Amino acid sequence: MKTPRILMCPPDYYDIEYEINPWMSRARGAAPERARQQWRTLHDTLVQLGVVVELMTPQPGLPDLVFTANAGLIFGNRFFSSRFAHPERQRETPHFDGWFAEHGFNVESLPAGVYFEGAGDALFCGAILYAGYRIRSHAAGHIHLGNVLQRMVLPVELVDKRFYHLDTCFCPLAPGEAIYFPGAFDRYGRTVIEKHIPKLIAVVEKEAERFACNAVVVGKQVIVNAGSDQLAADLRAAGYECLAVELDEFIKAGGSAKCLTLRLDGEDAADWGA
Amino acid sequence: MPKAKSFVEEIELQGHIIDSLLLPKVLDEILTRGGSYVIKEIKLGKRQVDPSRARIEIKADAHEQLNDILRAVHEHGAVSTTPRDCEYELADMNGAFPEHFYSTTNYRTQVRIAKDWIDVDDQEMDCGIVIDIPLAGRASDGLRGPSLARPANEPRARCIAMVHVKKGDPIVVGHQGVRVLPAETTARQSLFEFMSSAVSSEKPKGVTVREIAATMKRTKAAGEKILAVLGPAVVHTGSVEHICELIKLGFLDVLFAGNALATHDIEQALYGTSLGVWLDRGLPAEEGHEHHLRAINTIRRLGGIQNAVDKSILKSGIMYECIQHKIPFVLAGSIRDDGPLPEVVTDVLVAQDLMREKIKGVGFCLMTATMLHSIATGNLLPAAVKVACVDINPATVTKLADRGSHQTVGVVTDAEPFLRALVMELKSPLAV
Repeated sequence: MKTPRILMCPPDYYDIEYEINPWMSRARGAAPERARQQWRTLHDTLVQLGVVVELMTPQPGLPDLVFTANAGLIFGNRFFSSRFAHPERQRETPHFDGWFAEHGFNVESLPAGVYFEGAGDALFCGAILYAGYRIRSHAAGHIHLGNVLQRMVLPVELVDKRFYHLDTCFCPLAPGEAIYFPGAFDRYGRTVIEKHIPKLIAVVEKEAERFACNAVVVGKQVIVNAGSDQLAADLRAAGYECLAVELDEFIKAGGSAKCLTLRLDGEDAADWGA
Repeated sequence: MPKAKSFVEEIELQGHIIDSLLLPKVLDEILTRGGSYVIKEIKLGKRQVDPSRARIEIKADAHEQLNDILRAVHEHGAVSTTPRDCEYELADMNGAFPEHFYSTTNYRTQVRIAKDWIDVDDQEMDCGIVIDIPLAGRASDGLRGPSLARPANEPRARCIAMVHVKKGDPIVVGHQGVRVLPAETTARQSLFEFMSSAVSSEKPKGVTVREIAATMKRTKAAGEKILAVLGPAVVHTGSVEHICELIKLGFLDVLFAGNALATHDIEQALYGTSLGVWLDRGLPAEEGHEHHLRAINTIRRLGGIQNAVDKSILKSGIMYECIQHKIPFVLAGSIRDDGPLPEVVTDVLVAQDLMREKIKGVGFCLMTATMLHSIATGNLLPAAVKVACVDINPATVTKLADRGSHQTVGVVTDAEPFLRALVMELKSPLAV
């Protein structure tokens, strides 16, 4: 079995410095020490599961660099760099691109004018790339990716601003298996997911609001934010082990376990083919 | 009611549009926003990984509604198939287009300027398109201008005949940013929508006459004009009274003809003959062959048809009724004309321009017994104007269609029985 590799960025400069989603409130702010502890717990949990964690150098003035999932989409040794919708996050791109170029990836970009927020909005489940659009990414960008990768891409529309990225409401577990929060999608998107993924675990709204879908999957282990009891039970019934990590400091910025990580060697649920 | 001009844009949707339900979603978006669509082309991917592609024409009743639909479907990944404006060059000389000019058809045409599709005015086949944009928006020195700045005033485009080109006119070149919107073919409800121009003397005339009468009534009800293009056989066959009746009933608003129609009409009014033949007896009059020339001479001596009516010399006939009812007419000359009558326009370019002027607002055209003037008029009419061509010679209708006037319904018959039946139908309250 391959050794999982995940990119993370320590939260040295993490804070709520702007408001670009409904979760963020500058008035509330983040508690830096508590955030560092939570991030460290997540990091150590991954290492204990046998994950090789690569670290980026944090940058002052880029509080969200900690959310490496949004850097781009990885496919083999190709890195499709994000085109962030918000100027606040566009400044992260040179740092992500630099890191991937230095680490042997071919850095590629989508056409100008097309927004695309990487693994935040594009997740393989089996051979199909599921792609969230409307709030942060453009459907046209996903369609373009499908052409470039020669893979089936199914754009699904996100209709609830609280779940602004696909990885906040959808998490592939294995080919043909995923957890999702149905309320985040429109009728078409729900139908597409339900038609193409045979084994689905629906997350209840109360737990979805605590980012239960923003989980990191390593083999049969699923790391989720603490307090997702119903999902934990459902995962156990499906043969998975649920590891709870308190990450509420990051939920203040609209992110949780998945957002803090970027799988470099392909998610376990992804089937990239030959 | 004149049909509201719809606003149209073509989009393309590509990717796994069936599996992702993006295609039905886009179609739903169009419908729920009050638009309509036509899938012009769809190509399905053969394998699961292969993308599919659909080309969809979106129609809306208003510009803002179309933009609303486009904004909505762009969110789902649909893109416009014509992302570029039309190109133009400044004419480098008078009376000729730049090379590679766009040559027009008689179908409704639009050009894309500053991202907006604009209807081409004065639609006419075999012309070029000149765009009227304020100086600020023009590219300089005849360079192609892909980035037309949006001018303060709305830009306009219109068909222009080669002969009218002035040096410096911005003339559309190439096919980019130009689109032709053929007539609707979906709702086939009336004669003019299902009858092709295939001509036969063996079609049921009664139904045809009824449909033509109904179309004329609808044209008038829509506030549009009826144009008649008449040849001298209308007089020879004894149909003058039917045409006069059409004028009196208000079903004739503009008349195009040549010297011959007017001459023989006046000959009949003054002498009772047409080409020297008594119209009431069908026998040749003694010295009757001189009548038409004497009629022309009389009118020329009086200074014109209008004067002849004013002086009560001309007291009946088609031309008399036209003067009395203030029906505008254009008499276009030809090389074989006797006289001609003073009102005949002998410069064909001037005659063409007069005809262009007079066809504005015409919704229906009845062509009877003239090949020359029918084809000349067919060249000028936009395809949206319905045409009925009545001729004893099938070749007239065929020629008309072969020259691009596909909106023509042909009736192969003698003019007189047709016109008699038409007047009867128009008087009948049932034909609507």
